[in-house]
Amino acid sequence: MRTIYFIIWKEFKQIFRDKGMLPIIFVIPIIQLLILANAATFDIKNIKVMIIDKDNSSTSRLLIAKYDASNYFKLVGTTFSNEIADNYLADGKIDMFIEIPANFERDLVRQNMNKMMIVVNAVDGTKGNVGMNYSTSLMNDFNQEIRQKFSTINTTFISNTEEINIIQSNWYNPELNYKIFMVPGILVLLVAMIATFLTAMNIVKEKEIGTIEQINVTPILKYQFLAGKLIPFWLIGMFELAFGMIIASIIYGITFVGSIGLIFLFAAVFLIAVEGLGLFISTISDTQQQAMFIAWFLLVVFILLSGLFTAVENMPGWTQNLTYLNPIKYFIELIRMIMLKGSGFEDTKIHFAVMAFFAISINTIAIWRYKKTV
Amino acid sequence: MEAPNIVIKVENLTKKFGNFIAVNNISFEVYKGEIFGFLGANGAGKSTAMKMLCGLWLPTSGNAKIAGYDIYKETELIKKKIGYMSQKFSLYEDLTVAENIRFYAGIYGLSNQQIEAKTNELLSKLGIEELRNSLIKSLPLGWKQKLAFSVAIIHDPEIVFLDEPTGGVDPITRRQFWDLIYDASNRGVTVFVTTHYMDEAEYCDRISMMVAGKIEALDKPSILKQNYGVSTMDEVFLKLARG
Amino acid sequence: MKRFWGFVHKEFLHIFRDKRTLIILFGMPIIQILLFGYAITNEVRNANIAILDLSKDAVTNSIINKISSSGYFMIYDNLDNLDEIETVFKTGKVKEVIVFESGFAQKLKSNKKAEIQIITDATDPNTGTTLYFYTSNIIKNYQMEINLVQQPFLNIIPEIQARYNPLLKGVYLFVPGLITIILMLVCAMMTSISLTKEKELGSMEVLLASPMKPFLVIISKVIPYLILSLIISTVILLIGHYNFGVPIRGNLILLYLEITLFIITALSLGILISTKAQTQQVALMVSLAGLMLPTILLSGFIFPIENMPLPLQIIAHINPSTYFMIIVRDIMIKGSGLEFLWQETAILIGITLVLIIASIKNFRIRLQ
Repeated sequence: MRTIYFIIWKEFKQIFRDKGMLPIIFVIPIIQLLILANAATFDIKNIKVMIIDKDNSSTSRLLIAKYDASNYFKLVGTTFSNEIADNYLADGKIDMFIEIPANFERDLVRQNMNKMMIVVNAVDGTKGNVGMNYSTSLMNDFNQEIRQKFSTINTTFISNTEEINIIQSNWYNPELNYKIFMVPGILVLLVAMIATFLTAMNIVKEKEIGTIEQINVTPILKYQFLAGKLIPFWLIGMFELAFGMIIASIIYGITFVGSIGLIFLFAAVFLIAVEGLGLFISTISDTQQQAMFIAWFLLVVFILLSGLFTAVENMPGWTQNLTYLNPIKYFIELIRMIMLKGSGFEDTKIHFAVMAFFAISINTIAIWRYKKTV
Repeated sequence: MEAPNIVIKVENLTKKFGNFIAVNNISFEVYKGEIFGFLGANGAGKSTAMKMLCGLWLPTSGNAKIAGYDIYKETELIKKKIGYMSQKFSLYEDLTVAENIRFYAGIYGLSNQQIEAKTNELLSKLGIEELRNSLIKSLPLGWKQKLAFSVAIIHDPEIVFLDEPTGGVDPITRRQFWDLIYDASNRGVTVFVTTHYMDEAEYCDRISMMVAGKIEALDKPSILKQNYGVSTMDEVFLKLARG
Repeated sequence: MKRFWGFVHKEFLHIFRDKRTLIILFGMPIIQILLFGYAITNEVRNANIAILDLSKDAVTNSIINKISSSGYFMIYDNLDNLDEIETVFKTGKVKEVIVFESGFAQKLKSNKKAEIQIITDATDPNTGTTLYFYTSNIIKNYQMEINLVQQPFLNIIPEIQARYNPLLKGVYLFVPGLITIILMLVCAMMTSISLTKEKELGSMEVLLASPMKPFLVIISKVIPYLILSLIISTVILLIGHYNFGVPIRGNLILLYLEITLFIITALSLGILISTKAQTQQVALMVSLAGLMLPTILLSGFIFPIENMPLPLQIIAHINPSTYFMIIVRDIMIKGSGLEFLWQETAILIGITLVLIIASIKNFRIRLQ
């Protein structure tokens, strides 16, 4: 125990003496929470739309007004020319256009139905998809409205129509605020990055400057050395999480529905797992540059497969299976469940079990790979 | 049966890196309390041999016993008995003199009182009490190396291994460094030192000459000079190196 | 000139000797494009939902059938009472609960009105909203069908066309983005680190003391990175095109010219950083924070710029990656020519010139 204490003591001396470390510990969380939470928003509003109105009827004007009034769309303008709309779309000045053909209203009333063309710029698949969804929904409502409007002319329809009334409720996030969704995930990212990078770089640095040899000729045991290395960054990781949470609640006013203690309990296990990863990276790198590259590479893959930006359920089967191996995914899922929905230990016990398994197995492999004698 | 005064016994020790044979079948013994010099040009295999004896690298074949312990099975026991000063500077530049001493002494399991006593003794012996709280990186190279040596024997090991301890320092500092080595040797510590400075060879009790992974000669400096009929170790080395 | 190529050759050896870094440099883009192509999608399929049917009649049954056969939803659970909604959301297993009021069919018949509540787990607002839209559209279609049986009535059918990317594949966006990121990584980050390393080791001084012009020394150091980047870009383009069917509709020569322009931009950024940074560590941190972060987050790669707060929009608009991404995307997917892209190209050239002048100035100062 005393040996471990000496390693920890030394690490803290070095960490707090390093001028570069304090900014990393305090500035990175703020930057991440400020930039990432604000930049990383899929919150798609203000889809820019143009309407080609060749009909110029009361119906077409009603539709234009409907798009104009919608929160989701921003009406850039109306035109008579397909060419202008096409060019605007190609130029990126609009995201979609709607073509209302000539005699639209007349044919609609005559045939009781009519078609309308909506062209969406789908280069950005996500945005295209959202634009299509919003439009379909808006058209459904619009149909309802015009039926009302024309019912005064032709009274037969409305009387017999059966109407299903749909009530929308958005639980846990009624304002549909994207930041509430992102911030817990960013906290996980922060903790994971700090722990993995610092652990990996720290041990490789001792390799690079040669002090590791001096340690290796002492009778210190492998586990003592590694425990002494992991504990300081474990403490820093826990501190970062607390610091990040405070910042998040100050800047974004995010409240914690569930138990904060449970989040920290999970973070405690999670940190051991990702530090094990950092340790493993250090055993396969000779220079800090290599360690940095490998850590960066692994983290990018983990982040993409974590459900931070895009939901895991939407991925194809084999990629979903891959995500079961991703420690970051479990923490993001859990922190969102606890922070936003107030889930308890009963709901998250599988997460705990899996993370404990990760922590043990990753560290076992890393310790086995770490050799005092080569 | 080993004679009681043999502390290092090496038999047919070999280390290969792929096809390259860094240490080729060397055998020798080192006696308690002597200063044993390991000489040779850069790349002759001195450091590799020493790293195997310290338990840092595993040999490809051959046997060795350090302080009676086997270098394959009992490396952790060996590590309690030895001190080591590597070619690369091994103190932490961003820690102070006292902090470095405290750290290594702590790892070797010295108690707080022992650490305090050792620190005072060491600083006064080197005459640098006033540098106690200076960062290592602020010290001149000569001081760093003297300090590194003192830290390497902080736990009173039976044997201390020094890998090119005086590289890059001026002759006066080297002389002072050797005073420290003599001092340790007088207290019964066996000193195993590699160097490529031939004048340092004269300070050793016995020396071995390594050329291309093999030990070409091993004896007291005076006897070697006599055998080769020359007056300096430099000339002995040149004769050996030319084959 | 012979000496110059000697230098270039030496640099190549340096890069190719570090196998681990090379594997990462080539492996990273390939794995990333595969992940982006296959895994990263906002398209909803087989989302788990729960049903709370307080009516259990023929109408609710056929609506539930419509929903479950749509391909978007999997019915994970059938609930019995309102209290179970909270529980099932907390386990995180379902994203949406659909509640049919009691006596649904009867109310629809006699009152001509019945109620369905769609409750989404809006912790993820996008998934929540998307699921709501899908569900409500299915229900509205159903409503239209039952009414049509009785008699025809006014109906506008929107015909939606997804231009440029009919299957709405996310990978269309990721190929240009990935090229940009990799070019930044290789050209700016690696160059800045490798130049700073020479500085740290003192070997830069030796090179500069050689009879070659300092300018040529730097050029010879960055040429291998230029070639490496062109190879990696080609690999990404090939995988994107042949594996994921991302079109290359525009002029290939124009595309490569623009790529080369951006490589020069990135290289001059790397050189500029190296003239300022004293240690590799600093160069690394500056590159990560100052280049990678904006390239990934503030360039419109994943997240639309127009939704960001103003300060971030400003950063995005001085970020060369933003312009390059638009250029590559438009050439590949829309087939745009220079007549559409001259503005972006001009801005990119302008930024590059500023960077080159700044790094030459800094370099001179350091030499004196």
